[in-house]
Amino acid sequence: MTGVEIVPTDRALALIGGEPNDANLRRYLQGIPGVDAVGLQQRAAGLGTRSIKTTSKVWALDRTIGLIDLTTLEGADTPGKVRSLVAKAVTPDPADLSCPRVAAVCVYGDMVGHAVQALGASHGDPEAGGIAVAAVATAFPSGRSSRSIKLEDTADAVAAGADEIDMVIDRGAFLAGRFGAVYDEIVAVKEACRRPDGTYAHLKVILETGELNTYDNVRRASWLAILAGGDFIKTSTGKVSPAATLPVTLLMLEVVRDWHRISGHRVGVKPAGGIRTSKDAIKYLVTVAETTGEEWLTPHLFRFGASSLLNDVLLQRQKVATGHYSGPDYVTID
Amino acid sequence: MSRLAVPKTYKLYIGGAFPRSESGRTYEVASSKGAFLANAAKASRKDARDAVVAARAAVGGWSGATAYNRGQVLYRIAELLEGRREQFVAEIVDAEGVSAGKATAQVDAAIDRWVWYAGWADKYAQVSGNANPVSGPYFNISVPEPTGVVAIVAPQDSSLLGLVSVVAPALVAGNTVVVVASERLPLSAISLSEVLATSDVPKGVVNVLTGSPAEIAPWLASHADVNGLDLTGAGDLDWVDLQVAAAETLKRVLAPQDVDQSLGRITAFTETKTVWHTKGLI
Repeated sequence: MTGVEIVPTDRALALIGGEPNDANLRRYLQGIPGVDAVGLQQRAAGLGTRSIKTTSKVWALDRTIGLIDLTTLEGADTPGKVRSLVAKAVTPDPADLSCPRVAAVCVYGDMVGHAVQALGASHGDPEAGGIAVAAVATAFPSGRSSRSIKLEDTADAVAAGADEIDMVIDRGAFLAGRFGAVYDEIVAVKEACRRPDGTYAHLKVILETGELNTYDNVRRASWLAILAGGDFIKTSTGKVSPAATLPVTLLMLEVVRDWHRISGHRVGVKPAGGIRTSKDAIKYLVTVAETTGEEWLTPHLFRFGASSLLNDVLLQRQKVATGHYSGPDYVTID
Repeated sequence: MSRLAVPKTYKLYIGGAFPRSESGRTYEVASSKGAFLANAAKASRKDARDAVVAARAAVGGWSGATAYNRGQVLYRIAELLEGRREQFVAEIVDAEGVSAGKATAQVDAAIDRWVWYAGWADKYAQVSGNANPVSGPYFNISVPEPTGVVAIVAPQDSSLLGLVSVVAPALVAGNTVVVVASERLPLSAISLSEVLATSDVPKGVVNVLTGSPAEIAPWLASHADVNGLDLTGAGDLDWVDLQVAAAETLKRVLAPQDVDQSLGRITAFTETKTVWHTKGLI
């Protein structure tokens, strides 16, 4: 993927009203109006009831595949497991070569080299038909290590060929109100994403909404991540329950929409964890289209972090193609 | 003082729960004399799909249970049926219009049939398996294993005995079942589900759909995640088409036939696994 410009920092600073220190950030973030939780949940539930059938469903299934970050983040990952993941990413359904490819594979930092090697010529920008390599970094999933280790972790993955970095914020600092520390860390990690040629790896900022406790906190963390220069805001690591939920994703999309209205700058959203069925995925697509607009339904602006979702979408595609229900014997065992 | 009747709502039995049809449809069940008996749920293809998902999820646990344990669980169904016999007799008298004596005979036969099949659970493998003679220093052993998920069209002219006669043998080997009950006589099937739900049968092992077999059976026959198809009650349907659809996804198929108890009904939904093992490693 080509380099992405850093967010116009001065615009962010103008919004905060000064230096991004604890006091200014706290004044700005805590001044954001609270979230109407009941209204948010009702809106999300309402968007989840849309009936998407026939040709719309076929389109949604294919688009879902094209937005998946196919993920393996296990302690037991091996180069062989990553290679089979890549094979699945390149050819999701060997029986139907019209099946689109996923957007990216998402692995731990030490597996980036193996993923890049396995992808070979398929490695590239998902907007141009390639498959990107995303790496989780900064002591994923807890984020509990020193700044220097986190930056080294990030630079290491970028040097190995990662196109996208999924970082975790310091939830402890965020919940303690030390917004400046979180801001600085995102800025520093963004800088660590710089390649020798001056371009940057895409930075996805994981808020871990399951640990933020309130919708108000999710809204604040979303603003914080965007102001600090995140290219994407991502709900969860997938290691904490609850992971992605529709209301939380809707809330984050609303922040992204508002930021776009203010700055003209587009930030992506990535719900991750717990999205396992096509039915759920389609609810998310509807929510994106109704909140930020259909232009957000591209790999540069919306992703699903998922592993088992792909198989369910493939089963649905097979149902559409053959006219009868398919079964798990007809997709890979991951 | 007169009392308002409290009629029972007959729903589906899927994954251990009693949901209404996803489609929201019901149909009227009438007695043999045409009087209204109840509204039964009219299952849709999506209910069938959900039932297959539930049945698939239950295969591991049920087929992994020891044969002895399966036998005990099946026997307990017979015990519970025995305690509810009056309810079933009354239902059969209403639905089929037969005498109480005939209805009692049907319930007795159904209970006896559960017991008969339950006894086979830890015995059928000895009878249908084999130690094969081979010309080498090996054991060569064939054992029957369950096929997986079996879809059944239950006999259409029987409330309880027909249903038991097709469901019990499929369960013996460790298969899980999605059964489409008799369209005209579905109420005993749901009452049987209540027995199953309160016995030791794990959820999802038996799933009961009521409604139109002509509508549901084609979806089950062509479903790629169904491993066996019992067409015993499909004689009035276009069952050759169902067989063709089943062949597309490589299923075991039992063509329409009578429901006498037999070992063949158990082995119809098994696969034979043959293994070689050295006689000694020295």
